[in-house]
Amino acid sequence: MQDILILTFVFLVAGVAAVPVASRLGLGSVLGYLIAGIVISPLLVAFGVDVVSIQHFAEFGVVMMLFLVGLELDPKTLWEMRHRLLGLGGLQVAGTAGVIMVGAMMLGQPWSVALAIGLVLALSSTAIVLQTLQEKGLMKSDGGQGGFSILLAQDIAVIPMLALIPLLAMPDLMDLAGTGVEAHGPAADTVTEAATSNHDGAAEPGFMDQFAGWQQALITIGAIAAVVVGGSVLTRPLFRFVAQAKLRELFTAAALMMVVGIAALMTVVGLSPALGTFLAGVVLANSEYRHELESDIDPFKGLLLGLFFITVGASIDFGLLAENVVSVVGLTLLLILTKATVLYVLAMVFRIEGADRWLMALGLAQAGEFGFVLLSFTVASSVIPQSVADQLLLIVALSMLLTPGLFILFDKVIAPKYAADQSREPDEIDARGTIIIAGHGRFGGIVNRMLRNAGYTTVVLDHSSAQLEMLRTFGFRVFFGDATRPDLLHAAGIEEARMLVVAIDDRDHATELVRYVTNTYPHVATVARARDRNHVYELYAAGCRQIMRETFDSSVRAGRSALEVLGMHPFEAERMARDFVTDDRQALIHLATLYNSDIPIHENEAYVAKAKELMAEQEAALKGEAKAFSSRTERGWLPPSIDEVKSQDT
Amino acid sequence: MARLLVMYAHPGQRFSRANAAMAKVARGVEGITFVDLYARYPRFDIDVDAEQARLLEHDVILFQFPLFWYSTPSLVKEWQDLVLEHGFAYGHGGTALAGKTLMLALTAAGPQDAYTATGYQHFALRTFLTPLEQTANLCRMRFAPPYVLYAALRAARDGGIEPHAKGYGRLLNAIRDDRFDFDAAAGQDILTHASPLIPGEP
Repeated sequence: MQDILILTFVFLVAGVAAVPVASRLGLGSVLGYLIAGIVISPLLVAFGVDVVSIQHFAEFGVVMMLFLVGLELDPKTLWEMRHRLLGLGGLQVAGTAGVIMVGAMMLGQPWSVALAIGLVLALSSTAIVLQTLQEKGLMKSDGGQGGFSILLAQDIAVIPMLALIPLLAMPDLMDLAGTGVEAHGPAADTVTEAATSNHDGAAEPGFMDQFAGWQQALITIGAIAAVVVGGSVLTRPLFRFVAQAKLRELFTAAALMMVVGIAALMTVVGLSPALGTFLAGVVLANSEYRHELESDIDPFKGLLLGLFFITVGASIDFGLLAENVVSVVGLTLLLILTKATVLYVLAMVFRIEGADRWLMALGLAQAGEFGFVLLSFTVASSVIPQSVADQLLLIVALSMLLTPGLFILFDKVIAPKYAADQSREPDEIDARGTIIIAGHGRFGGIVNRMLRNAGYTTVVLDHSSAQLEMLRTFGFRVFFGDATRPDLLHAAGIEEARMLVVAIDDRDHATELVRYVTNTYPHVATVARARDRNHVYELYAAGCRQIMRETFDSSVRAGRSALEVLGMHPFEAERMARDFVTDDRQALIHLATLYNSDIPIHENEAYVAKAKELMAEQEAALKGEAKAFSSRTERGWLPPSIDEVKSQDT
Repeated sequence: MARLLVMYAHPGQRFSRANAAMAKVARGVEGITFVDLYARYPRFDIDVDAEQARLLEHDVILFQFPLFWYSTPSLVKEWQDLVLEHGFAYGHGGTALAGKTLMLALTAAGPQDAYTATGYQHFALRTFLTPLEQTANLCRMRFAPPYVLYAALRAARDGGIEPHAKGYGRLLNAIRDDRFDFDAAAGQDILTHASPLIPGEP
């Protein structure tokens, strides 16, 4: 227990110290984590920590990341990507593996080892690339989309690779296999474990082994169908049920349960858990719980990926590196050059233009975390000798370590060159200018309808799942969640929003939300619903200038109707109502500027004085002494006196 | 029987004397349509379709209002802008009002002699009404001479309102009963309760 606490603390300190520095220097969080890992690696060695097993645990962050990526991609978008996914992705894996295989054979490796090396190194790092693309906001760019297609295709390609690699086994390595498994025993990654159980007799028999081939195929298809159907049919009632408990952590637990469950199911049937959760994410991309899921899973993903990057940094064997520094560094650079060249050529073929072409080529030029997995698997399957694998492990880690440098190269040198030719489409800006409506009850609902009628895009957040259910049936885009949580606002796109309409019931939450948004995102306009006069003051102090008392307008209309019923001419009643509103608003603004939330109203001298002054004015108006609203109402229609007319006549 | 529509427009009815008395009489005339425009549209949100349909159902459209700054109160202008649409009242296919009659019943604060070249209003009253007259022309409507009360403020003191209001009642009755001779009236500059064309006391 003590060890775990100390170890956790060491990891957290490393991340917390290194990442802000790296971010400030413009290096990105990934490099920060990698450096942190390198720095603490002696400490980990001293503690006797099994870095590799932690790394395999942390790889679950990739599973979560793909779930989150899936949430951003609805099925339609995914379908539109299919050509790139198969063409670009397939050619990248095949092409890179082929070139590297030829290279390895030229360096004297037998063809089977060379092929395995090619396959291992063809894969790129989903974790580093997606994390960096998201951090830099390049996910939606053409290069980012192309890169994502390739990463997804690689993820799929891992499955046949795991099937193919044992067939390359070299008999004379077989004896060493036991040691290989031993060394990486606890490191058994979810993917490896499932695959190993299929093909490696040494491992315990897997669940799937008891079935014939056609049965296995059926079970696999069934598992995928379960994810798709379950995702679209079962999640909504499940989350509605969980939401009724009104406990925040329960929702997080449900989200984790789903992701872990799917990953487990995929593992059992021998599919990539990352692919399974990605699929579940795509299925849920149109769900009203999307933003809630995003914000629940996101911190776990962030922490696990951070841990993963630290372990990559920590796993670099500097002793081994020092011994072979020339060959390892040389081969790493050669690998990056080779991968970048293949990617660049493919980007040309698939008409990815300008800076995007470079982004894809440089961004995916490293080997990835699946490389670690496959390497331990190849050793276990007696395909690659341990000594070669150790060097390859170093190359993979080093190439990942260099990737942030390539992104910096792209940012500082390549992108500026192309920046001049890129004319920004006005559409893009329009699409961003969404309006977030927090609370879709009687108040926010009306606002939403009016904005939508005027053609604006709105994102609705509400924490009543019953309300959302109803809205869904009318085809509104609504999401479940508590709008006062910064992470959910972030998921709903507050950074790029034009306006936030605060229409939630709880007055303190509404005030807090306004304060947070006006402070953090000053460019986002806020329109807020106030419960009463004092709430107006609070919202005003929080920085909102468009404040509507929720019952004020209807009360004024009721007053106007009352006057009409009492026999007042409708137009006169209308003018009185307007003057009343003008006067009341004026007084409210006066008092709001004097209001101080730290001082109770009765102790606020300036406020009391102004309130008294306003009351005196109103009283004078009642007595007909002053020029307050009653006389203003009459002004204009009041004919001149007969004497005034006379003087003009003559 | 002519179908008569009286459109009354006065934003400050509480302070009105002449127009209030006239409106009271008009409300009492049976078989005509009386509309208080400011009561119908206190927020100026004019129902164009309903107004056009109402115009189609009548032969004589009479606007009753106090003269404000040589023109109508603002709601009447809003009504004109919205209801007299192209394609309905004028322009291509805009013949819905052709053959109908537009008439005004207005009160002016200034005395009759003010509305002369040498008076302080410098122009004849009919000159100020030419925009409305041309509106009628463009809509292919007949523009009848207006029924006018000059020095309306003084009339309240001098007892001029009652005869004017009664004359208004007789005029509305005569129009309704087709007893008012629009052709003969066409030569008149303005009409008052004493005009020969307005029927005498019953």
